[in-house]
Parts: sequence; structure tokens; C-alpha cells
Amino acid sequence: MEIILFYLVALVAVISGYLVIRCKSPVNSALGLVNTFFCLAIYYVMLHAPFMAAIQIMVYAGAIMVLILFVIMLLNLGTEARQRYTHGVVWSAIASLLVLVNVVYFLKRGRVTGAEGDITPFKIETLGHTELIGKTMFTEFLLPFEIASILLLVAIVGAVVLAKREV
Amino acid sequence: MISVYHYMSVAAILFAMGTYGVLTRRNAIVIFMCIELMLNSVNLTFISLSSYLQNMDGQIFVFFVMAVAAAEAAVGLALMIAFYRNRDSIDVDDVNMLKW
Repeated sequence: MEIILFYLVALVAVISGYLVIRCKSPVNSALGLVNTFFCLAIYYVMLHAPFMAAIQIMVYAGAIMVLILFVIMLLNLGTEARQRYTHGVVWSAIASLLVLVNVVYFLKRGRVTGAEGDITPFKIETLGHTELIGKTMFTEFLLPFEIASILLLVAIVGAVVLAKREV
Repeated sequence: MISVYHYMSVAAILFAMGTYGVLTRRNAIVIFMCIELMLNSVNLTFISLSSYLQNMDGQIFVFFVMAVAAAEAAVGLALMIAFYRNRDSIDVDDVNMLKW
């Protein structure tokens, strides 16, 4: 039953990803991207990461996509001029196919290993995913967390300085 | 039964599509959205591996990727507005002022 849902969501995600790269109007691309984000949020729930799914919907589908749509409408962008057929398209198709073949080859040949932890689905059910994330983030990853806050501050100041008419 | 390879295959397909979009599109905002698509496919890889290995570190990393993506969105879109004000276009083919 779960595998049917998996393939259904995969189909929707890939079709929306195709819409992102093929739609002529940027607004349609943005809506396809929102659709992909929701599909990935469904995957995060299936992978026992409900906090990540909530963050995905709030930060990506909420904040970042609203920012992108706002800029598209602010600049009043029309549809893109018809794409010329160039060698560039062929080369980029070859490059992206190479990326895909590479990954599929390593997935076929390799085996997934790594440092195993003790966060079982049962533990997530009983303790709660948010609590586990919070505990890890504020003990083991405290310094990267602080650095991320400084990065966000720099981004806010930089965005204001760049978009202002005269500095 | 869904294995970690299923999730990673979906992530690989999305990443390849994002690469194709970045290399072929001309509109800077659409290129930006394709980069977001690639970042999200990497996030899916991180979370599937984190769930498979029962280790929390991958999900913390996804959190930081999201923070960096938010900062990137703010600065990138401000850059596009500044460029549009100068050239009345956000076509990447028009970004040639540093070319000689």
C-alpha cells in the first residue's frame, strides 16, 4: 500500500519538476516548484521526519516561494522568448544525463553504509521528532546554529543594501 | 517495501532535471528555481539516509541547508532587482558587462 503512494508521489514530483524546467511563464514554473515541495514534504513524513516536513512547507513553500513570486510580479516578467535551438541545449542534456547515469551507477554498485545511530522510529514516536532535533541542535550543533543566525543577519542587511535605489 | 534506494533514485532524477534547467534556461529567476529544485533533491537524500541509518545528523544538516537557501533567496532576488533596474531584463545572456 505504501509503495503505491510512493510511486504516485514520485510521479507527481517528477512531472512538477518537468513543469519547472519547461514552462515558458515563470509563474507557472513557480507553481510547479511549490507542487514539488509538497511532494517532498510527503516523503519526509513517510521517512519519520514530521518536523522536517513542517519546516519544508513553512520555509520553502511558504516563505521562499512567496518571495520568488513577489519578485516575478514586481518585475512584471512576461513569457520567455522562444528558445533558440543551440548546441548548448544538446550539451546540457548530455551533462544532466551524465549526472543521472553517474548516480544510478553508484546506487547500483554501491552499498549504503555510515555511522549508525540509535534514533529508531519507535523512539521518534514516543519522544517526538521536534524534541530529538532540538536536543541534537542545541548540544552537539550549537556553534553551527549560531553561525547560521549570523549568516541570516548578513543576508538581511545585504538584501536591503542591494535592492535600495541609492546607498 | 520501500528501500533507501527508491528515495535516492527520485532524488537523482530531480537533481538531473535541475541541472538541465540551470544549463538551458535564460530567465535568471527560473534558473534560481532550478537551483532550489537541486537543493531539495539533496535534502531528500540527506533525510532518507538519516532515516535509514537512524542517525539525526543528516536532518540537522537539512536544517542548515534551508537556512542557507533562505539567505540565498533574499540576496539573489535583491541582485536580480538591481540588475533589472540597470538593464531592463533578467536574461542571463544580458549579463555581459564584465566581458571584454
